[in-house]
Amino acid sequence: MAIEVRIPTILRPYTDGAKLVEGSGATLGALIDDLDSRHLGLRERLVEEGSLRRFINVYLNDEDVRFLGGIDTPLADGDSVTILPAVAGGAVA
Amino acid sequence: MRFDSLLDSVGHTPLVGLPRLSPSPDVRLWAKMEDRNPTGSVKDRAALSMIEQAEKDGLLTPGCTILEPTSGNTGISLAMAARLKGYRLVCVMPENTSAERTQLLRMWGAEVIYSPGAGGSNEAVRVARRMSEEHPDWVMLYQYGNPANARAHYETTGPEILADLPTVTHFVAGLGTTGTLMGAGRFLREHKPDIQIVAAEPRYGELVYGLRNLDEGFVPELYDESVLTTRYSVGPRDAVRRVRELLDQEGIFAGISTGAILHAAIGLGNRAVKEGRSADIAFIVCDGGWKYLSTGAYEGTLDEAEDRLEGQVWA
Repeated sequence: MAIEVRIPTILRPYTDGAKLVEGSGATLGALIDDLDSRHLGLRERLVEEGSLRRFINVYLNDEDVRFLGGIDTPLADGDSVTILPAVAGGAVA
Repeated sequence: MRFDSLLDSVGHTPLVGLPRLSPSPDVRLWAKMEDRNPTGSVKDRAALSMIEQAEKDGLLTPGCTILEPTSGNTGISLAMAARLKGYRLVCVMPENTSAERTQLLRMWGAEVIYSPGAGGSNEAVRVARRMSEEHPDWVMLYQYGNPANARAHYETTGPEILADLPTVTHFVAGLGTTGTLMGAGRFLREHKPDIQIVAAEPRYGELVYGLRNLDEGFVPELYDESVLTTRYSVGPRDAVRRVRELLDQEGIFAGISTGAILHAAIGLGNRAVKEGRSADIAFIVCDGGWKYLSTGAYEGTLDEAEDRLEGQVWA
């Protein structure tokens, strides 16, 4: 099961500089485990005590996974996952 | 409508239907035209509210200096209010925001200090905090953590929408300081428990996210996840596409961040159609497009516009 994962600049040292990697897993947690098996250390940067770290945002098909089930969010083949650091917003709200 | 002064005229903005962009006659989109505020953005509400609260608290007295990290609109609103009330304003703004923002800030009398573009608004917050320590007599209103920001929307934006659209089913706004969503969202949910409160968060180019340590990320103190139903990340391509549709089909000339919000609103509308439900979706038009003409967002192909916005804090 292939899921496309976008990696932010700050985490690319773990993916040999790759912006886009593929992984598999029935949930976000399983996907992160799968990625960590090839990109050792990535899980530690994303997950703390079984939850996503506070300053990490993960989006499944552009929707924030914190509203979908967090680390247990179910994934399907063809999904797109984007990882981003939390930043202060702009002028919008 | 008559007001005693410009400051008294903040808010009371029109809610305008979008007959062409609405997905169906039963699933309707409504634009809350915040560009009609005195300085042309939704931020007039929060700026005035924060200043008046600081005056009530005795923090701001005539001749005081106000310091604020801002990517533009809040600074412009504060500059107008500060000029009318006799305060000096120093704004800290990322260097990679549009040229018009600096011009407008200076026009209303603000002093602009630039923060490094890499790191976006996070960096502006950091620089402003450092300056605040160096100048303890300056007053930092700090929009990201000031309850008067969200309260402005709890007391005005939310009630205005409910009064104009009692059948509202969704409220969609941008997520920056989170003040609009927290304030209006809380008010609307209290009165319509089933309402969906949805955030559209701008997704910038890589430069803006910087290379700093992830432990130094930023979540506004005002943010309370429990107010939201969900949150979408919208990139510049979708934002530009939608802001052009808004102009072409409904005649509304809005800023780029409004395109991101509209993109989320249309997505929710399409889902309601698919599920066979009726919906009244209110969304925020944050500001007009005037300040963003120099970004090139309104000209050429989507690819060109997307390239031009790379590295800019466009919302």
